[in-house]
Amino acid sequence: MLAFILRRLMQSVAVLLAVGLVSFSLFRYVGDPINAMVGQDTPAVEREALRVKLGLNDPAPIQFVRFIANAAHGQFGLSYRTAEPVSRMILERLPATLELSFCAALFALLVGIPMGVYTGLYPRHWTSRLLQAVSLIGVSLPTFLIGILLILFFSVILRWLPSFGRGETVTIGWWTTNFLRWKGLEALILPSITLGLFQLTLLMRLVRSEMLEVMRTDYIKFARARGLTNRAINFGHALKNTLVPVITVTGLQLGSLIAFAIVTETVFAWPGVGQLFIQSVQFSDIPVMAAYLMLIGLFFVIINLVVDLLYFVVDPRLRGQMGRRAGAH
Amino acid sequence: MTFSLRQSLAMMALAFACVASATTVDAKTFRWANSGDVSSMDPYARQETFLLTFTANIYEGLTRRDKDLKLEPALAVKWGQTDPTHWYFDLRPNVKFSDGTPFTADDVVFSINRANGPGSNLNGNFSTMKSIKKVNDLRVEVETIVPDPLLADKWSSIGIMSKAWCEKNNAVHAADMIKNEENYATRNAMGTGPFVLKERRAGEKTVLVANPNWWDKPVHNLTEVIFTPVPNAATRVAALKAGDIDMTYEVPPADTENLKRDPNIKVLEGPETRVVYLGFDEERDELVESNIKGKNPFKDKRVREAMYRSIDIEAIKRTVMRGQSFPTALMVARGINGYTADLDKRPSLLKPEEAKKMLADAGYPDGFEVGMDCPNDRYVNDEKICQAVVSMLAKIGVKVNLRAQTRNLFFAKILRSTSDGKPNKTSFFMLGWSPATTYDVHNVFEQLLQTPDIKRKKGLYNVGGYSNPKFDELADKIEVETDKAKRDAMIHEATKIYLDDYAYIPLHQQALVWAMRKNVDLVQPADNTFPLRFVNVK
Amino acid sequence: MSARTAFAQWLHHAADSDIWWSFKSSTTTVVAAAVTFLIIAMAFLAPVIAPHTPFDPGTLSLSDGLKPPVLISSDGDWSFPLGTDDQGRDVLSSIMYGTRLSLIVGFASVIVAMVLGIGLGLISGYFGGTTDAVIMRIADVQLTFPAILVALLIDGLVRGLISSDRHDEIATFVIIGAIGLSFWVQYARTVRGSVLVEKNKEYVQAARVIGLSPAVIMVRHVLPNVTGPVLVIATINLGLAIITEATLSFLGVGLPSTQPSLGTLIRLGNELLQSGEWWITVFPGITLALLVLAVNLLGDWLRDALNPKLR
Repeated sequence: MLAFILRRLMQSVAVLLAVGLVSFSLFRYVGDPINAMVGQDTPAVEREALRVKLGLNDPAPIQFVRFIANAAHGQFGLSYRTAEPVSRMILERLPATLELSFCAALFALLVGIPMGVYTGLYPRHWTSRLLQAVSLIGVSLPTFLIGILLILFFSVILRWLPSFGRGETVTIGWWTTNFLRWKGLEALILPSITLGLFQLTLLMRLVRSEMLEVMRTDYIKFARARGLTNRAINFGHALKNTLVPVITVTGLQLGSLIAFAIVTETVFAWPGVGQLFIQSVQFSDIPVMAAYLMLIGLFFVIINLVVDLLYFVVDPRLRGQMGRRAGAH
Repeated sequence: MTFSLRQSLAMMALAFACVASATTVDAKTFRWANSGDVSSMDPYARQETFLLTFTANIYEGLTRRDKDLKLEPALAVKWGQTDPTHWYFDLRPNVKFSDGTPFTADDVVFSINRANGPGSNLNGNFSTMKSIKKVNDLRVEVETIVPDPLLADKWSSIGIMSKAWCEKNNAVHAADMIKNEENYATRNAMGTGPFVLKERRAGEKTVLVANPNWWDKPVHNLTEVIFTPVPNAATRVAALKAGDIDMTYEVPPADTENLKRDPNIKVLEGPETRVVYLGFDEERDELVESNIKGKNPFKDKRVREAMYRSIDIEAIKRTVMRGQSFPTALMVARGINGYTADLDKRPSLLKPEEAKKMLADAGYPDGFEVGMDCPNDRYVNDEKICQAVVSMLAKIGVKVNLRAQTRNLFFAKILRSTSDGKPNKTSFFMLGWSPATTYDVHNVFEQLLQTPDIKRKKGLYNVGGYSNPKFDELADKIEVETDKAKRDAMIHEATKIYLDDYAYIPLHQQALVWAMRKNVDLVQPADNTFPLRFVNVK
Repeated sequence: MSARTAFAQWLHHAADSDIWWSFKSSTTTVVAAAVTFLIIAMAFLAPVIAPHTPFDPGTLSLSDGLKPPVLISSDGDWSFPLGTDDQGRDVLSSIMYGTRLSLIVGFASVIVAMVLGIGLGLISGYFGGTTDAVIMRIADVQLTFPAILVALLIDGLVRGLISSDRHDEIATFVIIGAIGLSFWVQYARTVRGSVLVEKNKEYVQAARVIGLSPAVIMVRHVLPNVTGPVLVIATINLGLAIITEATLSFLGVGLPSTQPSLGTLIRLGNELLQSGEWWITVFPGITLALLVLAVNLLGDWLRDALNPKLR
């Protein structure tokens, strides 16, 4: 057990270092940080002085160590674009992304699981077939297209919901939240649906196939033989058994929600870290890009670690083989 | 959860109190937003329009601009030249800084030296200055190296700080933003201006309150101003529609119509003083990006003319700009000193056959191929304008290979070297220019049209290297001429020269779009500055 | 038994029995195949059948700009059946040329991923030990991140490294590489698994004893066993690759506007959506959705048909 945890921890650190190396290379070798920092008319001598001052002439490994040490302290320097501290820019926009991802995950779970249960219980009913077909379309439509279409119908044509931005937010300490104002909640609807739709179809398909599998087992047959009600069987026994994979997939998908938030935020002009990242790519704002990568890397590693540990706790069979699940999608 | 009656009553009372206080404050509170925060509260931290215009609400210059950008007295009541190289400024008596200390000539000398000193980004305004000295408490004298008739204009953007305040707070030098420094003056401000800094939370909000002891009679009726940076344009628009803010500027063109339809919002549109234009490499003997080898087609005036007269700027205005542009024939905008209205007339459009014939006469019967550089995030619809230009030129046989890219990369590719003045790698490009430091045409002549010369600091932004000795000579004379009539005559002549040479293809001034709630009254200067002293909230 | 005969046999066997029957009996699949075929044909015949050449600037005129589709508005013009964009480009022709690019990038990146994945999978499985550990750890790390993020990152890196002057010229190759590199893991894992099973079988041992080189053994004996699964992964990945390309182009880091794919067209049109010119976005969007849906349906069907366990 301890060995397993240690190994996972080591792996996580290795992944983080790899991500760190990538962000460092980005930071150091892509584009010239000096060019971005000083004006067009700074003489070469001053540029060189600044280069020395910033330590850009030191050997690469030293610079890398310095970069990682600073990153560990949450220091990524100043943005080339806004001259603000990168860590603050990210912190400011993090609540927007986290709230959006949370709502999207909630939407996927609350709609996806019931749909999965239903289609699993009544696989031949026409509504199940319809849901199946719709889910296939959901998988085939790229996230950005779903967003655009939702905006077109609900904002441009029907004018029901806002097409962009966070609407009204309330500031609590450093956190800004959408949840305390009606206009903020309204603004969350379309982006959450856009971001959550793919996960929803994924969950629905997963729950459906697990349900189909479970319903065929002897365990359910015995339960029926014991005279339990349908309701007790469906929800007490069958659904419970599908939860392990559902938890795993949800956990893993949380990470990809945050990554796909890049697309959703771009479509809805949602002021989160994903949008910040794309803006930074367009402005070659390397410090922000590097910091974003490290942050995402950290998220993914933590999520994977937690899911691995949960899985390990929940499913005793794994303890023997210490096998590694295949990544989802 | 249940509340007792008493609790409910208390809460209601509290709620009423909040609403009541909110309404009384609201009447004179002005909330506005922009894409980014002010970089610093130090007025010398950056030569950047937004920082200068924001800090100008707190720190005033010796001179200032009125609603029409005309120079008017501020901290100086009178100024002028005693001889070509000496300027004097008579200071306004009985002015006090907002901390109550009197304003004197010592503060002016200190401030000018601070703005021209280490850490300041405004050094460029003092290229002609030799020294500044105090004559008496209400008079300073400036000596210049060469005659500089525009000194008082240039200095209108330099806010005067308090010597005692800077010394007390250890902010005698400006913090150098490039080196990531900061000091007391980065976060605090104290000047003579119409507003006083009340609260500064960088990146979140900045609160100003009216200065009750301001020397001038306020035109504004504000008691409080809350500025919030909101990076996303769409979010700002939404906040304005929801009434969360009273005003925002830099509204995206696509949202303009949408906002105009909102009955609670008014939209101010005016031409910006920036002229967007196309330029040619007229310097090299062979273009960097062309299929013509051994010669440079752009050195032939007929080629430039044929291209100029094939660009249908009205069609661009109609479709690409959706009416939000002001086509121009000049390299300076209306409202800039030296704008020659009678010459602002574009030559007629050519039919493709006529243009092709002109190219054939120049030796290019089959046209030619050339690369074009264009930004895609600098000017309004920049890339789309370039695309339209590409298809217009394709019809006369000039095949343009467009490269539209983000501004950093774009500028890095086209601007002349700052160390040796050598031309960069572009052959045909789009650029925009606003003479925002002096509001005078000479800035355009000196930067865009005079033959590049790094030592004399001339033609630094003359990307394509247009060169006409007659023009150069006139421009040099204009720089030192103080007689307005003579100067205007020379400006007229010089303008004719570059127009006859088809030195550039001027396109248009883009529209400045500001949006505000119906109850806000303000002035929109053409240089995209925003002085709060003209704002009224009803 | 050479790889080719093995494949031929497999194909023959397939056509003969289950597969063809299952194809014929599924109306959805037949329709999906027809749609896929139609879109591919339309895309590759674009230079012949498209009414305009929208990316030849000489043929454009701003006065044709922003025409609505004919069926919706009387302002429409029959020479531009689906309307035009703000530069006067015909939307229908843009879609044809755009689909062509989307498909080229999709197929090419799937091939890159397949070749890379099969190669690394074979090496990893056959040699085992450190080589295996290194390749599989890299695969693990990469699997931690969604493919779109990996592609975005690779694309961003290459863009930063090369001179910006050459971005447009090599954009297609960069994006093919980026997507290819982000999808190799699945192939590698599948192939490796298969190699591990086959490696210890007697005929492989025998081949080794008679002195055949590892490369020959792998290509002749191991590879044919994985053709089916690899084909399934490839079909499913084709849809994903097309979506990924479209997403990158939509985000503005894929194909440039001078050679727009469907994703680029949607991005360009999206800027005008708020002002009411919906057709510039919606038609390329529908085409993209139809294409991906059809390809995904084919992929699903192929997976079920070749893999009775999942049926």
